[in-house]
Amino acid sequence: MIKLFKVKEKQREIAENNNGKSPVKKQSAGELRLHRDISELILPKTCTIAFPNGKDDLMYFEVTIRPDEGYYLGGTFLFSFQVSPIYPHEAPKVKCKTKVYHPNIDLEGSVCLNILREDWKPVLNINTIIYGLFHLFTQPNYDDPLNHEAAAVLRDNPKLFESNVRRAMAGGYVGQTFFTRCT
Amino acid sequence: MVDTATPPSRSRDLDKLLLRPGNLVGPTFEPGTELREDLKEYVKVLVVGAGGLGCELLKDLALSGFRNLEVIDMDRIEVSNLNRQFLFRLDDVGKAKAEVAAKRVMERVSGVNIVPHFCRIEDKEINFYNDFSIIVLGLDSIEARSYINAVACGFLEYDSDDSPREESIKPMVDGGTEGFKGHARVIVPGFTPCFECTIWLFPPQVKFPLCTLAETPRTAAHCIEYAHLIKWDEVHSGKTFDPDDPEHMKWVYEEAVKRAELFGIPGVTYSLTQGVVKNIIPAIASTNAVISAACALETLKIVSGCSKTLSNYLTYNGVEGLHTKVTEFVKDKDCLVCGPGVLIELDISVTLRKFIDLLEEHPKLLLSKASVRHRGKNLYMQAPPVLEEMTRSNISLTLYELMDKVPKDIIHVTGSTRRDDKKTSCLRKLRVVFKGVEGVTDMDMAGGA
Repeated sequence: MIKLFKVKEKQREIAENNNGKSPVKKQSAGELRLHRDISELILPKTCTIAFPNGKDDLMYFEVTIRPDEGYYLGGTFLFSFQVSPIYPHEAPKVKCKTKVYHPNIDLEGSVCLNILREDWKPVLNINTIIYGLFHLFTQPNYDDPLNHEAAAVLRDNPKLFESNVRRAMAGGYVGQTFFTRCT
Repeated sequence: MVDTATPPSRSRDLDKLLLRPGNLVGPTFEPGTELREDLKEYVKVLVVGAGGLGCELLKDLALSGFRNLEVIDMDRIEVSNLNRQFLFRLDDVGKAKAEVAAKRVMERVSGVNIVPHFCRIEDKEINFYNDFSIIVLGLDSIEARSYINAVACGFLEYDSDDSPREESIKPMVDGGTEGFKGHARVIVPGFTPCFECTIWLFPPQVKFPLCTLAETPRTAAHCIEYAHLIKWDEVHSGKTFDPDDPEHMKWVYEEAVKRAELFGIPGVTYSLTQGVVKNIIPAIASTNAVISAACALETLKIVSGCSKTLSNYLTYNGVEGLHTKVTEFVKDKDCLVCGPGVLIELDISVTLRKFIDLLEEHPKLLLSKASVRHRGKNLYMQAPPVLEEMTRSNISLTLYELMDKVPKDIIHVTGSTRRDDKKTSCLRKLRVVFKGVEGVTDMDMAGGA
């Protein structure tokens, strides 16, 4: 072990070292790992990323997805990402800010994507999540529904589902629910 | 006959450890009354957390001869704490834990001085933490441990040959309990693994798929999480759920009961609701006592050298019978938080562009396409395009200017490197030292992680 407690000397030395040097806020290990994720992002051309709090705050950002095929072609969907200081031990919190008629996204913006919750692993990264979200738009899945009604329509009547999606994206009512235009 | 004129000294038992030499002592142990008095006079111990472990720790440390203690905790006393946080009484409910705990121990143990801090650990200046000889942690969250670890490791300085400077080391003793299980560990930054070196030890949190909650709940916990994660947002648009607000908790409980009735699921109770939502595992007073005792002993050993210290991670399991074991974990030599990083000496005229090129040629790094971050500021980002554009103007500036003209500091770089002819991404810590700038000696900081 080390010679730790030459206490008196140590105290004097610390007092001398301390004149005025006050480091700023600590960077968390999570921020550093996120820095790596972000600097290595390779986004599909249907996705863009923005940092509303400026270039230095990476812990909150927004991703816009514009599907180039499938039911949601032509729509624009905004997702917010909030990353914790203990990332990647914990998955980012992702919400869909655009109200969408979708079997796996509820009307409050909660997203049912396995890698955001039960299947999150620290080896996954921001890129994986963005691809996962993109995938939800090209292949909505009625087996794991969050929006119950939308899932039932997709399963039983894909044609009706398609026209419901169109109506929602153009801005209008599907059943009792109003959707704002997102095309 | 018993001599009643001179009562035995309160430090009688402690004296047996501190005044006599022995075979099991640490290498630098210097027994004697001076050591005992120094311990009282000069050693300052910070206890982080004044809850189940914190109460025990303050009592144990005060009775182990430490005179200068401080305690920090942001919580107020709740009724449910009283079964094990033995310094608190029913009348104390609603008061600050740190303040009451400090007062109670001072009332009982004469000569000890405990300064309470009723605030968040992040609210304190970094230098507040540098005042202590040792920091003892009685916390219940990974996040708080990670923060204190980063602060303590931030004080660590390395010599030019990458060996830690002894006087910059801020040791920590970390305790933790969950029900009948617990751990005590010793973290000596630069020598034993830090919290971040072994973060993989923590099991992933159990999270239920949202669609299971929405569609096919099978357990009471599913019903509670449905009310907490889905129903709350549906009803309280935009209002954040506060787990410490009893009204909010009651609402979630009632919704969970409705949900459980709908699906015929038994077992939703108010305390289970609190447990699931706040991730609480019932705390056991005796586990806290055992773990805290181990932590207080390690603190005494590290400070005095009166015995070799725990090396370096003790686990305790009292679920069935009793099992305890010590494991020696190893440091991650490239740890971004406690490791030395790669020392790089630069002229103050080096531009960021030139610096990025240098990293590619540096034999220890061979890092191409580097993105550079300094103290929470992105100096240059290779991707995504939006950030590249925002940081592009920096690359013709000198690194010295961009680092606010400090003579030396830590920066972090991300890029790709070649390993076995394969490109792999990597994130590295660098100790940048500017040549010929006043104030630079042959050592420099490891901190800033």
